[in-house]
Amino acid sequence: MVPAIQVENVSKHYGTLQALDAVSLTVERGEFFGLLGPNGAGKTTLISILAGLALPSGGTARVMGHDVVSQYRAARRALGVVPQELVFDPFFTVREALTFQSGYFGLRNNHEWIGEVMHHLDLDGKAETNMRLLSGGMKRRVLVAQALVHKPPVIVLDEPTAGVDVELRQTLWQFIRRLNHGGHTIVLTTHYLEEAEALCGRIAMLKQGRVVALDTKQNLLRLHSGCYLELRLEPDRLPERLEPLVSRRREGGYRLALADYTEVERVIAELRAAGIAIHELEVMQPDLEEIFVQIMRKS
Amino acid sequence: MNPSPIAGFWTLFQKEWLRFWKVSVQTILAPVLTALLFLVVFAHSLRGHVEVFPGVDYAAFLVPGLAMMSVLQNAFANSASSLMQSKMTGNIIFVLLPPFSHQEFFTAYLLAAVARGLIVGAGVFAATVWFVDLRFGHPLWALVFAAAGSGVMGALGIIAGIHSDKVDELAAFQNFIILPLTFLSGVFYSIQSLPPFWQAASHLNPIFYMVDGFRYGFFGVSDVSPWLSLAIVAASFLGLSFLTLWLLRTGYKLRS
Repeated sequence: MVPAIQVENVSKHYGTLQALDAVSLTVERGEFFGLLGPNGAGKTTLISILAGLALPSGGTARVMGHDVVSQYRAARRALGVVPQELVFDPFFTVREALTFQSGYFGLRNNHEWIGEVMHHLDLDGKAETNMRLLSGGMKRRVLVAQALVHKPPVIVLDEPTAGVDVELRQTLWQFIRRLNHGGHTIVLTTHYLEEAEALCGRIAMLKQGRVVALDTKQNLLRLHSGCYLELRLEPDRLPERLEPLVSRRREGGYRLALADYTEVERVIAELRAAGIAIHELEVMQPDLEEIFVQIMRKS
Repeated sequence: MNPSPIAGFWTLFQKEWLRFWKVSVQTILAPVLTALLFLVVFAHSLRGHVEVFPGVDYAAFLVPGLAMMSVLQNAFANSASSLMQSKMTGNIIFVLLPPFSHQEFFTAYLLAAVARGLIVGAGVFAATVWFVDLRFGHPLWALVFAAAGSGVMGALGIIAGIHSDKVDELAAFQNFIILPLTFLSGVFYSIQSLPPFWQAASHLNPIFYMVDGFRYGFFGVSDVSPWLSLAIVAASFLGLSFLTLWLLRTGYKLRS
């Protein structure tokens, strides 16, 4: 079966800036795929190339088997993109914006599906409201709806939950999960790694325009064999011998990275010897955020 | 539901139509009022002093010129401001993501520009026809030049909208190119009344041929043959259309 997205050796440079450097990855149909990376890693550039907003300097990209340059019409019909920026057309109401977007893709009289999308995104009550009168969260919902009006098999969400409230996140993820279960391929970029961990089956990590990790979520989480120890101490300090283990300093506590569980005993002994009382102690498995930080440091 | 082959183009045209129609006070009524003020001021101050064509009152001479100037300026403003505003606000992405061909994109913006130009032109006539004794000698010529002229300016507006990154750039385009060319195109006078140098210079201005040909549609009199004017306007339209399509195909300033 043709993959949903196939990227082969795609490069992109803006003058001397190399935004993407020979990126290759494949997203199979029906996957929930995460594209992670720090700011400037090239995530949005890659999405822009898939959507035809940017032209690759080298390599090829395909959406549902259609080349994004030579077969751009078929490729764009297969793709729905939720852009990162909160953009809107101030001349139109929500319903007009969605009806136009559907018509652009050749689907006129698409009222039933537009109504369904509005319903699932809690936009029913705002259908006749001008776009400029909506709150930021509502505008974000409309952006999601605009990406879905032509029922694309592949949906790309470029940081869709940046700056939105918990309610919208829940509504959005519920709807996106439903679409994914219905066979839609989802590609998600986000800075909220707990979202990626909860939703994505496979994840690619980009840094400075290159893919530095690409695997299933489970395999990525297994990259770290040790565990973490979350501590709240009284007094709030660590003995000098434990300082090298600090992974993260949190307000009122520490997170220590341990090579394995046997080290827990040693940490407790060191704290006792230093006369430091343990108020809270939790042994944790590494999460995606830890893996992400490690991979970004190493690469 | 299967996508219709022309639905995309038609929807984009409808969107562009609705965009100017929703703010018609600003996009239609205001230019009509401006033309009316020009007529009142010029016709009143020059009545009896100037006879450009034999037996034609100056106010009657002026009306087709003002109408054509309004047609041209508004056709340009429609496509230029729509694209410019979309680029500045970022909502241009909504028309870049869909599978439009370059020709569909061009034609939708162009037709909306032509539509606004013609509506404003019709509005100018509706407002001024009561004050002058206007003949309609060759209405088909007038219609052809109004449509072709607004096509030229609509295409030029698309180019200006794509090229401009800031409001200042578009304003410079309008103030230093469009406005002088329209004002110096014989809207207010016949070029026969100019000194030889300026007569020759006027022949280099394509807008002169649009206005002159359009006026021929009313009075059956023109400074140059309407066929020559039509040939020059058509050549301008084709040249600008090819340039615009090439810009759209290469993604100039729209797709990075």
